[in-house]
Amino acid sequence: MKQMFYGGVHPAEHKEATEHKPIQQLAKAPAQVVIPMSMHIGAPCKPVVKKGDTVMIGQLIGETAGLGAPIHASVSGTVAAVEPRPGTGGVPTMSIVIDNDFQNTISPDCKPRENVDALTPQEIIDIIRDAGCTGMGGAGFPTHVKISSAVGKADTIIVNGAECEPYITADHRLMLEHGEKIIGGVRFIMKALQLPHAYIGIEDNKMNAVENLKKLVGDAKDITVQALHTRYPQGAEKQLIQAITRREVPPGKLPADVGCCVFNAATVAAVYDAVALGMPLVQRVTTVTGSAVNNPVNLIAPLGTSFAHLIEEAGGFKGTPARVIGGGPMMGFAQYDMSVTMGKASNCVLCLSKEDLPATSENPTCIRCARCVNVCPVHLTPVYMNMFAAERRWSEAEEYRLMDCMECGSCQYICPARIPLVQQFRTAKFAIRQQAAKK
Amino acid sequence: MEQYKLSVASSPHASSPVGTKNLMRDVLIALVPALVMGVWVFGPRALTMTLVSVLFCEIFEYGYCKLMHKPIPCGDLSAAITGVLLVFVCPVTIPYWMVIIGDFFAIVIVKQLFGGLGTNFLNPALAGRAFLMLSYPVPMTTWVAPGKANWVSMGSVGADITTGATPLSVDFMKSGILPQVNGADASLADMFIGNIGGCVGEVSAIALLIGGIYMIAKGVIRIRIPAAYILTVAVLTLLFSRAPEGVSSVTWMLYEIFGGGLFLGAFFMATDYVTSPNTPKGEIIFGVGAGLLVVFIRYFGGYPEGVCYSILVMNICVWLIDKYTMPKRYGVTAEMRKAEKEKAKAAKKAAKEGSEA
Repeated sequence: MKQMFYGGVHPAEHKEATEHKPIQQLAKAPAQVVIPMSMHIGAPCKPVVKKGDTVMIGQLIGETAGLGAPIHASVSGTVAAVEPRPGTGGVPTMSIVIDNDFQNTISPDCKPRENVDALTPQEIIDIIRDAGCTGMGGAGFPTHVKISSAVGKADTIIVNGAECEPYITADHRLMLEHGEKIIGGVRFIMKALQLPHAYIGIEDNKMNAVENLKKLVGDAKDITVQALHTRYPQGAEKQLIQAITRREVPPGKLPADVGCCVFNAATVAAVYDAVALGMPLVQRVTTVTGSAVNNPVNLIAPLGTSFAHLIEEAGGFKGTPARVIGGGPMMGFAQYDMSVTMGKASNCVLCLSKEDLPATSENPTCIRCARCVNVCPVHLTPVYMNMFAAERRWSEAEEYRLMDCMECGSCQYICPARIPLVQQFRTAKFAIRQQAAKK
Repeated sequence: MEQYKLSVASSPHASSPVGTKNLMRDVLIALVPALVMGVWVFGPRALTMTLVSVLFCEIFEYGYCKLMHKPIPCGDLSAAITGVLLVFVCPVTIPYWMVIIGDFFAIVIVKQLFGGLGTNFLNPALAGRAFLMLSYPVPMTTWVAPGKANWVSMGSVGADITTGATPLSVDFMKSGILPQVNGADASLADMFIGNIGGCVGEVSAIALLIGGIYMIAKGVIRIRIPAAYILTVAVLTLLFSRAPEGVSSVTWMLYEIFGGGLFLGAFFMATDYVTSPNTPKGEIIFGVGAGLLVVFIRYFGGYPEGVCYSILVMNICVWLIDKYTMPKRYGVTAEMRKAEKEKAKAAKKAAKEGSEA
């Protein structure tokens, strides 16, 4: 039986442009990479190199300061600058700029590990920490923190291969072409958490990936590959947990509190690279697509490659682009500067032409159709939240559980009156947090 | 890289192809079968009345917004729906000026004075009918019998039109006599297809059902309200049957649900977005409440027909229903809610003891 979570929408998938295209290496390596020191949730990393230093691929260039994951050089060359540069989040971020020497010299520390079977759980966690693995699906939570906080609490491991956002096919191709990395990576994580079993959840619009992983698992009983009914936001951690285990994560709680631990498919592959190949997280697969690029592609690129370079690799802009988005159309960030670079969580560069922009209304009028209520995956009533938020009645908006909103955008997607609900909720949340901070 | 003018906005950067106008257009499409049956049964006047009503609804809406310097909403088609529905709940015999007064009341008084689309608390078409019913009780309850005669007297209503009882006339409801069509008992097939007297749009249960199924299939309306509404009426009229001798209680129940404006009300009026609850549980309560009121009015009230008032009364309760039927918080189990409640109680008690001490 296909499994479901509550609510959700099914936007046009648009995956056909890239889902049959193999992952490509860059045709031309970037001459310069700009690696932000904040590609994860938590405190930004502290740069440990300075201008003029020579670095090799995989060399540590930013160490953690508090919660976080270390950062490594993604190309070999010379450090050109350590300074704030535009970030995908819209604010300048401290970054390390490296001029590529095109030699691809790999740090001598990065070599395949022998005897991986002998590693203890704690050793695996340490390797994952030192390799800078983070969640690669969007939020970027440090993987080692997730694992160590779940040891003893979690009873279910879930690999998130849902990739529910339209357009994106990076994880899809990864699961299809490098299934062995996913399976290998899951087994390392199972060992680290000392659990005998894991699920891999994949939406049923990627049945070839499901078949591929099933074939790789073979007769082994330790991994269940689960096809899921295609619906957005399946890839949201809590919704995936609900779809696979029927458990609901209470508000303000973590998946570990209901015994689950969820890892993105790309993260799992990165864990495999780190543990078996000794390679830290320095590159990732990203989809460059949309109606405003000439040749949509799945690329594997070093972290810090600029959006401009990625778009060049996809044949450049087709016509006039109207919006460039870092991430998918439902939760991604619109960018205004093409010099921003991809980080650990950049799974997509989406270029939309004017025709593909969402419908807007000059005078949006709520008709109380309650479609938003029926699609909200966390049982909210956006119609009332919006009403109170629009009148700046924050406390009432809070009573209607505004703070439980995860900004998945389902309500705004479905809204026939084209009300900018998510924007309204973000503003309201910000105001409520500020108010709370003042007290 | 060349410089382009890029737009930025908050996510999501995608929107459903269905907008307000598409929804309204689908409702109008769903009303077509009932209109066709209305014209077939009552003659071409049913069509001209509908057109006049739609025209004046749009004119009143445009005029009011122009006068008040509000953004012109014409084109969202919601006023057109009101226009069609208002005629659908009136007898075909009422004069055009009466229809126009109803349109004025519905659009200007009920809808625009309360803020326009999305903020009126009563269904405009039904409120318009209620107003006409109070102002002109006799024309509003003068029915014509179905038949070819209606086709002859196009345009005006002459004396040659046979007036006949609507299925839910006082006789039918109060003394348990089957509805009459042209001097004989109406069969269930007559009731279902619409070969009976009544208001323009309410006679044909099957046409309304087709429209309703179309809207449900297209996702324009959800099934909860019409299902709860019709089922409640069906169950109550089955349990408390007033069937005359020789008629089974199931047959009686079918007469009750096919007769009057129940299907029209259930699929097109009670499901009006603006004046129906937003929560899934609220929709059920709304439907059941309206169903109860219909049976109460039909069985005990002075009016022969209760659909109009049952929906209007429930309209008034919508915000209250919504408030008390908020969906349960995601991930919060019954035990957690109980614990929370006990904690709150304990805190209250502690505060009370503290103040006493």
